[in-house]
Amino acid sequence: MAFDPVTDFPLGLERPDLVTTPGGHRLDEVTLEAVREGRLGPDDVRATAETLRRQSAVALASGRRQLADNLARAAELVSVPADTVLDIYTALRPGRSSAEELEAWAQRLEAEWDAPLTAAFVREASDVYARRGLLASGERARI
Amino acid sequence: MLVTPYPELGLVAMDGPNDPEPSLVIEDGRVVEIDGRREADFDIVDLFLARHGIDLEAAAEAAALTDDELARRLVDVGCPRAELVRVSQGLTPARLARVVARLDPVEMMFALKKLRARRAPANQAHVTNLKDNPALLAADAAEAAARGFAEVETTVGVSRYAPLNAIAVLVGSQTGRPGVLTQCAVEERRNLELAIRGLVTYAETLSVYGTEPVFVDGDDTPWSKAFLASAYASRGVKVRFTSGGGSEALMGRSLGYSMLYLEARCLAAVRAAGSQGVQNGSISCVALALSVPAGTREILAENLLAAWLGLEVASGNDAIASHSEIRKTAKLMGQFLPGTDFVTSGYSVMPRSDNMFGGGNYDADDFEEWLTLQRDWQVDAGIEPATEEEIVAVRRRAARAVQAVFSELGLEPITEAEIEAAAVGYSSRDLPDRDRAQDAEAADRLLAAGVGGLDVARALDARGFSDVAEAIVAMQRQRVSADYLQTAAIIGPDGTVRAAVNDPNLYTGPGSGYRLDGERWQLLQSLPYVVDPAELVPAADGAPPVVVETGEAAPGGRPGEVVIAVGPAFGERLRATINGLAHADVLAALLDGVREGGAEPRLVRVRRSSDVAFIGHDGARLSGSGVAVGLQSKGTAVIHRADLQPLDNLELFGMSPLYTLDSYRAIGRNAAGYALGRPVGPVPTAMDNYARAKLIVKTTILHARETEAIVPGAAAVELALCP
Repeated sequence: MAFDPVTDFPLGLERPDLVTTPGGHRLDEVTLEAVREGRLGPDDVRATAETLRRQSAVALASGRRQLADNLARAAELVSVPADTVLDIYTALRPGRSSAEELEAWAQRLEAEWDAPLTAAFVREASDVYARRGLLASGERARI
Repeated sequence: MLVTPYPELGLVAMDGPNDPEPSLVIEDGRVVEIDGRREADFDIVDLFLARHGIDLEAAAEAAALTDDELARRLVDVGCPRAELVRVSQGLTPARLARVVARLDPVEMMFALKKLRARRAPANQAHVTNLKDNPALLAADAAEAAARGFAEVETTVGVSRYAPLNAIAVLVGSQTGRPGVLTQCAVEERRNLELAIRGLVTYAETLSVYGTEPVFVDGDDTPWSKAFLASAYASRGVKVRFTSGGGSEALMGRSLGYSMLYLEARCLAAVRAAGSQGVQNGSISCVALALSVPAGTREILAENLLAAWLGLEVASGNDAIASHSEIRKTAKLMGQFLPGTDFVTSGYSVMPRSDNMFGGGNYDADDFEEWLTLQRDWQVDAGIEPATEEEIVAVRRRAARAVQAVFSELGLEPITEAEIEAAAVGYSSRDLPDRDRAQDAEAADRLLAAGVGGLDVARALDARGFSDVAEAIVAMQRQRVSADYLQTAAIIGPDGTVRAAVNDPNLYTGPGSGYRLDGERWQLLQSLPYVVDPAELVPAADGAPPVVVETGEAAPGGRPGEVVIAVGPAFGERLRATINGLAHADVLAALLDGVREGGAEPRLVRVRRSSDVAFIGHDGARLSGSGVAVGLQSKGTAVIHRADLQPLDNLELFGMSPLYTLDSYRAIGRNAAGYALGRPVGPVPTAMDNYARAKLIVKTTILHARETEAIVPGAAAVELALCP
């Protein structure tokens, strides 16, 4: 049965058939017994990109466009290593990056992690930072 | 401290003289002016709102409405929440602030009730202690969970401790009640690590500010914060932003704008960033807001704005608002009565001396008051009653559970003394000191080894805490389905996620929406210290009789006679006054007093009335001197005379809880004085205006018993003292 973002929330209750762990386990296989027997690892107990996209669809269907955008970006970040995620966050802080550096992150997000939404978000930040003097090269100081 | 407004420094609550006129100009599908500022001059917040915050269709809809029409819709039960949230997407910060400023406090409360995201209110707890003691953290988290808090927030004194505190609060909370969300407020990188390991499930450390200089001073931009929110969500963390009126003023860069206008900018940015919710309502700057005129109202307006924007609201009430308990609680009512998604963004489950957030506006010592307020108003503000025994048991078990985890993971052992002190102690002062250097080293090892939620579950399972292990695995399962990332989500003990998506607030007037009734109302009114009124007055069964009736009373002929007229239940169904004086002793004191005064006492019982005036007056009409003492079973007395109107008297003694046997002896002497025509000074009486508040229930029961004993129309009877 196709996923319906209006009626299929909570996914864990209404559509457990659609939810799997990153390792391919079904939701009902995430049990204490499986933990005991070593069948589940730490990478099994997190949401997949697909699940986050469905949550994004739920948010959009309930009229929460920006939350949906956020969850769609989150879905893209699932496969980005934590350290890299934090490096990108640091790069987005004020005065940390040049326009070239932000562009480089945008390109890596697209090329390495198939994250076009996040890449566009980073480019948008770069554009705005340039206008507000928040890039590292100090345009504001020159003006 | 109360100050006059100082708008240049941002010390003005709302409608500031420098706040811009609202405006919104859209050209070719592009926002080119917001609140008087042209696109070329947009600051970082304007730029973010122009790209992510303003919905063009909603803007067109909003443009057709006046401020008054919008304000009226906020309080119109016929205008549903969803419609208001939709139109809010087309409003600029200045317009949002201006519209809510049109509402008075009661209108704001009503609008907040209508606009809350989740159907039922909930509450969040703070759990910390000065020693970062894991047994105490676990015990307090368990108590928080057992008392019904839906979220538990901890932090650290020393940041290296973060994994230990996160584990202690995770284990404690799931021991108290499965499904409680937990967070450990630390620096973002550490926080994200804890999340990845499944040791925390939510974060609210993402602060935003209403002016560009403060935003940048906080080392962030709306883009970096929004990215961080996505990063957290990607690791299964429910994210709530934080903002609050007065923060820009405190950080010196309000740019002369009012608190509410700047908060409107924050909230618009919070929604634009895709946060499901916000912790707001001045938060740590609450005392600053309360120093200016309309500060309390401004804070309520902040919460209302957040709800209007469709955000989950955790409505402050965590930082200490005032030294005045009255002002503090008056402020609380703005959120408590309408109900918000989290009535406080941190109720201090432990004494405020252990609150590491600088919080503790309400703390461990206030639970009974909070529960009683819920009961008084029939309002659910998210805290449940529990008995002392239940609390101690769950605290002890949580401390033992975390002891087991520490042992299994090879951490510095938790001693029996720590367990006991955590279970029954008052604060961290009662706990023995741990080797903190060892704990910090152990925390580093945990992180290096990648210990996470599954390891904690395994450790608990190995040591016989399988139910707690199950609960922790259930929280890991929640991470897989990620349902709790939706707006205003909380998790029930059975694992059911309740969010604004599947359990929305659909209030549309009386009888609709969330009502505290049924089982939940039974629970919230059954406080451990509530007493059965029937047990306030002991039954007289089996006690030896005080008086015996000897026949109908006739008018007396002796001029030196003083009648002592008692009520229908005196010495019969009832045996003592309200303050526990035995009726036999009271009668003896009165009889002695009358004799000391030189008169001759006679005992009668008035059966037709329980009213002290009529008991006294009936007695006076039977008295040879025309003077009588009327005495109710609860101890209220009157000296009466036959020629007075029944509701008049010579002396009335209505403060029965304060009387001693000496008082009754003095009443007897005075009655004798009146009977014999001597000049009489009134019996000195004390006053205690709290006595009524304290004893009114017992008074009611005693008077009801007396009234039940009435024999309608029956004549008074003569009494004799039993030997």
